[in-house]
Amino acid sequence: MGVDAALNLDELIEHGRELRNKLGPETEIQDEIVTSIYRRAEAIASKVAAQAGGRGRDWNKTIDDLLTSRLVGFPLMLLLLGGILWLTISGANYPSNALAALFFMLEDKLTFLFLRWQTPEWLHGLVVLGTFRCLAWVVSVMLPPMAIFFPLFTLLEDLGYLPRVAFNLDNIFKRCGAHGKQALTMAMGFGCNAAGVMAARIIDSPRERMIAILTNNFIPCNGRFPLLISMAVLFLGAGGLKYGSAIASLTVAGMVLLGIGVTFLVSYVLSSTMLKGISSSFTLELPPYRRPQVLQVLVRSVLDRTLFVLWRAVKVAAPAGALVWVLANTNIGGMSIIEHLAGYLDPAGRLIGLDGFILLAFILGLPANEIVIPTLLMSYLGAGALLELESLSAMRELLLARGWTWLTALNVMVFSVLHFPCGTTLLTIKHETGGWKWTIIAVLLTTGTAFLACLLITQVVQTLGLLF
Amino acid sequence: MKHDYYPPGIKGIDGDYTAALAGNPNTGKSTVFNALTGLNQHTGNWPGKTVTQARGYYRHRGKTAVIVDLPGTYSLSANSLEEEVARDFICFAQPEVTVVMADATCLERNLNLVLQILEITPKVVVCLNLMDEAERKGLKLDVDQLADELGVPVVPTAAHIGRGIAELKDKIHSVAVSEILPRPKPVTYSQQLEEAIRQLETSLQRVYTNGISRRWIALRLLEGDHSVIEAIREYSLAEGKGAE
Repeated sequence: MGVDAALNLDELIEHGRELRNKLGPETEIQDEIVTSIYRRAEAIASKVAAQAGGRGRDWNKTIDDLLTSRLVGFPLMLLLLGGILWLTISGANYPSNALAALFFMLEDKLTFLFLRWQTPEWLHGLVVLGTFRCLAWVVSVMLPPMAIFFPLFTLLEDLGYLPRVAFNLDNIFKRCGAHGKQALTMAMGFGCNAAGVMAARIIDSPRERMIAILTNNFIPCNGRFPLLISMAVLFLGAGGLKYGSAIASLTVAGMVLLGIGVTFLVSYVLSSTMLKGISSSFTLELPPYRRPQVLQVLVRSVLDRTLFVLWRAVKVAAPAGALVWVLANTNIGGMSIIEHLAGYLDPAGRLIGLDGFILLAFILGLPANEIVIPTLLMSYLGAGALLELESLSAMRELLLARGWTWLTALNVMVFSVLHFPCGTTLLTIKHETGGWKWTIIAVLLTTGTAFLACLLITQVVQTLGLLF
Repeated sequence: MKHDYYPPGIKGIDGDYTAALAGNPNTGKSTVFNALTGLNQHTGNWPGKTVTQARGYYRHRGKTAVIVDLPGTYSLSANSLEEEVARDFICFAQPEVTVVMADATCLERNLNLVLQILEITPKVVVCLNLMDEAERKGLKLDVDQLADELGVPVVPTAAHIGRGIAELKDKIHSVAVSEILPRPKPVTYSQQLEEAIRQLETSLQRVYTNGISRRWIALRLLEGDHSVIEAIREYSLAEGKGAE
């Protein structure tokens, strides 16, 4: 039967081709089939369904027309983003300080215990000044913003707003030679870049999928938001400025926009160089708006996201804290290891408006972006005078003493948004692209972009003499 | 051939019949799946694909029904992996019943997939879900008329509160054991296209098509989609080997 069947199938394909040629171009036939089915669906629906009152569906459509219109769509998107960030920043301020105060009271108690038990000094340093302090920073800086940001974000998701964002951005992605669904993987990146990279599976074309994978890291994930928020609060919206938290929110929103802008730019560059091709089409459904189930959203975002991310950060922060303490307190030739390392990196750091310690903190933060700031503070502290860090303003004092300006903070934010992906994301990229080649390209692409951007900012600011 | 479609482990459950669950995304498909099977579920990947498959079973009227949850799709045109998986399952695994989910609040959009599936197989039960939401929105749906227009049973449900699930099981059973023989009313095309379909259907009689609707294969050939023929070639070869 095998051979016969194969023969018949080929004849059949030939017969089909003949008939098709008589009928007209393929696309016309496809169109006719699709249109006929749509018409029948329309006819049946109009016979079977009747709208009492005639309001329900129009309401949905009116909102859609507004949210996805050219004129209102984009400003509204920005407004929502800014609003969420403002709520997060102004809401997180108080609990963050309270948590920090609580943890450092605990630190004092711990120190007291260690003294009473007459434990060696290095043990106290490793456990209290290293591990505990790093944990305390991660929790007090991360928990409040996440507990506010995630539920708000999930609410928007539940409402059905995210597909509208994808719809709004589709056109731009197309023009960059990328896939419209990249808007969705990008949105996923706000949660976690590893998840965003994995989500790129929804893009079928390998070329466009690769673009989505390589650029996902330009979207600041929740591990980087605390850094952006604390930098913005401490240096750009601080000093008793009126509208301080509004300025800080705008700065963070600006960083998000920078990430999105760079995503577009790099997608465009990739699709016209390494990954040439045209973008393919797809269906995007705009699901009806549903009233979010608020209680469920709260539970889900607190349990699934906030605690999950926090736990992950804690797991990394504890050993990292210990490691940094060791590096900062082991002296070789009169200088600690961390000072040696920072010394090597310093010239490169200075060039782009950072310093060696900051670059080192980003490198040590490879396992998880959440620990960059705690690592930085620890290495500053360990190498210099031991300050008590009982509040956020103490953190500002410490950084100012290290010669920080608003430019440094800005560069740290820009670098954080654009630099190499964290360890988890890198492993995901390797897994999804099937090898180290694209993983290394991802590292070079992002870090190169980060260097260029910071260099540009620093040079422009210094040349124009904007620093005061 | 049927077994090719089951992920490792599924062969362990030999149901009396298999029902595939198809539908657009966001129609409450998983809710219906959960309501039908409760905790008797297994998930795995489709063989060789990165698409996850869930299946489960339940007993109803003395028979064991195996439910296979197909990926949510808007059409079966094999544009994506999901669509291909869904289409191939309906074509080649030939479940006794295919349940097609439709969102009652946007019926028109959902009927597309229903009509496409009706071209492949007549053994369909339409599950009109989210009826409560449609009612809240003031939509009036004539379920009987819909069943009449489509030529297959239609069950209104509100799966998240368990409404209509018992009736859905009844209808799945009836179609599976051929108590009900649905007679779908096909979409008609232009005269020239219908003529071409008829001619191809005649040539198709000489080919072993494993019981897949000839009209549907003819349509795919006419729109230049050869993937179905290639799939038939592959599976008939595999079948030939299995028989030897």
